[in-house]
Amino acid sequence: MPEIPGSSSPRGDGSSAAEERGGVSRSTSGRIEISRDEVAHLADLARIDLSDAELEHLAPQLSVILESVASIKEAAADEIPPTSHALPLTNVFRDDVVTPGLTAEQALAMAPASEEQRFSVPRILGEEA
Amino acid sequence: MTDYLRASAADLVTALEAGETTSVALTELFLGRIAAVDGAVNAFLHVDREGALAQATASDARRAAGTPASTLDGVPIAVKDVLATEGLPTTCGSKILEGWIPPYDATVVTRLREAGLPILGKTNMDEFAMGSSTEHSAYGPTHNPWDLDRIPGGSGGGSAAAVAAFQAPLAIGTDTGGSIRQPGAVTGTVGVKPTYGGVSRYGLVAMANSLDQAGPVSRTVLDSALLHEVIGGHDPRDSTSIDQPVGALADAARQGASGDLTGLRVGVIKELGGEGYQVGVEASFRESLDLLVSAGAEVVEVSCPSFVHALAAYYLIMPSEASSNLAKFDAMRYGLRVVPDGDPSAEDVMRASRDAGFGDEVKRRIILGTYALSSGYYDAYYGQAQKVRTLISRDFEAAFEQADVLVSPTAPTTAFKLGEKLDDPLAMYLNDLATIPANLAGVPGISLPSGLAAEDGLPVGFQVLAPALADDRLYRVGAALEMLLEKKWGGPLLAQAPGLDTVLGGRVGRSAPVSRPPNSTTGEKA
Repeated sequence: MPEIPGSSSPRGDGSSAAEERGGVSRSTSGRIEISRDEVAHLADLARIDLSDAELEHLAPQLSVILESVASIKEAAADEIPPTSHALPLTNVFRDDVVTPGLTAEQALAMAPASEEQRFSVPRILGEEA
Repeated sequence: MTDYLRASAADLVTALEAGETTSVALTELFLGRIAAVDGAVNAFLHVDREGALAQATASDARRAAGTPASTLDGVPIAVKDVLATEGLPTTCGSKILEGWIPPYDATVVTRLREAGLPILGKTNMDEFAMGSSTEHSAYGPTHNPWDLDRIPGGSGGGSAAAVAAFQAPLAIGTDTGGSIRQPGAVTGTVGVKPTYGGVSRYGLVAMANSLDQAGPVSRTVLDSALLHEVIGGHDPRDSTSIDQPVGALADAARQGASGDLTGLRVGVIKELGGEGYQVGVEASFRESLDLLVSAGAEVVEVSCPSFVHALAAYYLIMPSEASSNLAKFDAMRYGLRVVPDGDPSAEDVMRASRDAGFGDEVKRRIILGTYALSSGYYDAYYGQAQKVRTLISRDFEAAFEQADVLVSPTAPTTAFKLGEKLDDPLAMYLNDLATIPANLAGVPGISLPSGLAAEDGLPVGFQVLAPALADDRLYRVGAALEMLLEKKWGGPLLAQAPGLDTVLGGRVGRSAPVSRPPNSTTGEKA
């Protein structure tokens, strides 16, 4: 599956920062709380610019959701194996023969910008480069 | 003369075969209905009049030549906007894909085209299938044809409402946590989530790929079986596709319609009832159970203790997969690109585009998934959820040793008012309580109407679950119950719905921004 480099891919390098920053904390009342700053950091990892208003709105909602799923921590004993797919799967291969694919024109038809049969994208490197 | 608008797909096939009508006439009929009522229902995001009529013309030529492409050749259909359709817009209910026209067809769509079903258009849905009310569509909510102030369920509210409002005899939905079955329940229609892998996911824009499954939406059980046979079966383009024939599902439905369930063991799932379930929902469920017993079935109670953790497991696994799947919307190759002022980098463009293109619920789930997959939390949340998935599968295995099918109400309540739970994610998530376990374990499920709740006169859904690959049992039991219920009602449940024609009077039109009926008709329909 296509991924944005450095985006919210599972266990990406950037994600460990969530932990370093303290992540979710338990308030004195014992409730799980996810701070506004923490949501801002997660949004940063997920490459979404959230406005201040969105952060204020989302943070308490996420706390409520996390609170409701917290019971999962005690739900299964250590020896229970994980299931990643409902039905058992083995690797699926196909014969190594050419099958029709998209033409360059088709692939580029819906691109925000293209040039010389390629996707045209903004600069990749930072200002200092 | 037959009322083709309200006829089942099976009856339309009979009429087509007898030469009593044509696919062009039927397609015109449903396009006319869409033009008349969709301003109020908002079930469609895009209507393809020209394409549908061209497909209908070709279908009529095949029938005239005596070479129909399939049983359903010529019967029009609506397709949820989460399936890629070559040449037709595919938005997934999101601004980020506004105007996107895919260069290829989903396998389900390819099979519909090959089978000769004219595609009327694309149906409304919660953005990227995230929701239980269709209110998270970026293009406005769909309204429940039973009461336009209420939700049609979600995420496939558009497909269910289109079928309930007689805008299409058939539709395609997708079900990740109940998005086919719950809309079916609250609109008085039929919806089936096949066994995971039973229908190809190629070209289905993924929310949670280990849970997503496309399936039929219809007004009768037999119609769903006929459609399931068209779209099901192995697809080499989906590596999770099951390499087995789809099976004789329509035959199972016809057998069930005889009403004999002698020897069938029906397991009532103890955990899917009681607290949180509306009184009228439970009453309707019990009535259907009694009918199954009268048909010769034996009812036993089964316990699935791990189901209490299903919702929590689902709301960790689904957002985790969604946050990863939706990373592809990066404004580089297709979809919305928002360029901030100055000399922005690709990353700046991604951030701005994703903020502008995604709605609230999508952002909530991406952030939740990003969190659940973060190192330090991965084992406690995602890892545990995957273990709970094992426990739920084991519960199903044990239950299916005691019973041939398992049953529950499809949704805990009838249709609620639009706006009622829009900004309360947790209340919204509870709608999926009874449907989620099937997705986590990959087993198939059907929802069919079981009646109206006494307290509000709104439709209630009855859910039947079967072991993986035993989809035929859904159709056998579903068709039997449907026959017994319709005998009691003296016709289909939808015949008791307030007619949109009368509710809306003369003020309906595609351009009319009608959002509510002149008078609520709730309470008058029973």
